Amino acid sequence: MYAENILDHYKNPRNKGVLENPSVTHEEFNPLCGDRIRLQLKVDAQGTIVCARFLGTGCAISQASASMLVEQAEGKTLKEVRAWSKEDVLDWLGIPIGPVRLKCALLALDTLKNALEILNKMNPSVVQGARP
Amino acid sequence: MKARATVHSALDVERIRRDFPILSLKVNARPLVYLDNAATTQKPLQVLNAMQGYYTLSNANVHRGIHYLSARATELYEDAHIRAAQFFGAKSMQEMVFTKNATEALNLAAYSLTQSLRPGDEIVLTFMEHHSNIVPWQQLALQRGLKVRFVPIQSNGQLDVHVLDEMLSERTKIVGVVHASNVLGTINDVKSIARRAHKAGAKVVVDGAQSAPHVKVDVRELDCDFFAFSGHKMLGPTGIGGLYGKQELLERLPPFLFGGDMIREVHATHSKWNDLPWKFEAGTPPIAEAVGLHAAMDYLNALDLDRVHAHEQMLVFRALNGLAKMPGVHVLGPLDARARTGLVSFETPSVHPHDLAEVLNAQGIGIRGGHHCAMPLAEHLNLKNGSARASFYVYNSLSEVDALLAGVKKALKLFG
Repeated sequence: MYAENILDHYKNPRNKGVLENPSVTHEEFNPLCGDRIRLQLKVDAQGTIVCARFLGTGCAISQASASMLVEQAEGKTLKEVRAWSKEDVLDWLGIPIGPVRLKCALLALDTLKNALEILNKMNPSVVQGARP
Repeated sequence: MKARATVHSALDVERIRRDFPILSLKVNARPLVYLDNAATTQKPLQVLNAMQGYYTLSNANVHRGIHYLSARATELYEDAHIRAAQFFGAKSMQEMVFTKNATEALNLAAYSLTQSLRPGDEIVLTFMEHHSNIVPWQQLALQRGLKVRFVPIQSNGQLDVHVLDEMLSERTKIVGVVHASNVLGTINDVKSIARRAHKAGAKVVVDGAQSAPHVKVDVRELDCDFFAFSGHKMLGPTGIGGLYGKQELLERLPPFLFGGDMIREVHATHSKWNDLPWKFEAGTPPIAEAVGLHAAMDYLNALDLDRVHAHEQMLVFRALNGLAKMPGVHVLGPLDARARTGLVSFETPSVHPHDLAEVLNAQGIGIRGGHHCAMPLAEHLNLKNGSARASFYVYNSLSEVDALLAGVKKALKLFG
């Protein structure tokens, strides 16, 4: 059964909304479930995420993990969030996720990773944290 | 519960359940309530024992050896064809081709039937089809310049046959239709559709994956040209299904798969095909699975499919009534249980179907959530997240339907 924190994030999503002048906008869609997540990041010259927002529809697992991810992302450097893995997301969710639901749980992380790829192409030094 | 004592099932569920040890499992510390029968059914001991018996005492390859075991395996494999032919009312086993599943049967029909079609020829399908009766036609249409058209669904969950009549013309070569919808539960009037299609000169291919397990099928009564089914949805094993085809058509059509056993003569540059039905069965076939399917059909015959249908209608009636009363639940398909097979799909706009399935799973109840391999249908009905589906079979009881209803209520409250 769903833990309180998942239902809480699903019913009261954090940082849900739209950014003006984002550094990057990226959307991922899982047609099998109909889960959709659009992620926006605003990054400063030092490579710190000053603002992270998402929009999305779908099941509680996909939307709660997106809410947790954007909440965690704010204030972190791109280098730090680049290191996030599947295990980090599963830790935040805090319940066992079966193989079928894994793609729901990881949709937000996939969206973030692909957003970072786009940023990396635009400005590799900021993403890789080479600049001070 | 007194008032319910008057409800008598057409089947002795208690007794049937003894043949299915898997149903005694506990899931999440609750008795398993298996309501995903439209995906696959459980297998009775009779089927499992028949397959083990085959491997234990009769295993060999078919149609090859002269030796005792090969003759024995061949006899069992051909007996399964005879039983399947009888089960669906076919003229003889020449009209019964075994395949891997209904999907392969539909691919066979699609490939072999479209080889002689010309650019501009039309295939008429319906928006109720499973992907397995869409994608093969769609892909062959792309290769051969054919046109695929779709008959829409009315708000009562039935096909709009007037639109079908308008679509039919001398260009229509094939009408593909699902006998019973895996999402809506609707049983389509194949006999009437076949009559209309034949008048236009088209051949009729029926996807019977969801009807064969639940209602008595007589292919000659339906007058369809082809009828596909899957063994695992009717108490049989996975890995076997079949295609009924009218003999004169199967004789004319080119084979779909090539290799051993489907040939009579092979030369370096050409080959001659084997007799029916073997012309359409290349390579070593699923022999143990055929033996299992035979046992499954015997089991269903003993239960009597008319009783199976009556039992499922009782369960569906209870489920439809319960769900229709719940605010926040929207039932899909015909509201009359008599127009349905044993499944109920429903939308809960406040709860994603996967969340609903997860909450029910925590109570030991297995249902399906999603688009049920019918994305065009979900799109046609504007179901963004798909739907939840509970599908019943011979071993399900009224108290399991009640457990489902209580579980849905609980999920609605949790997410409300």
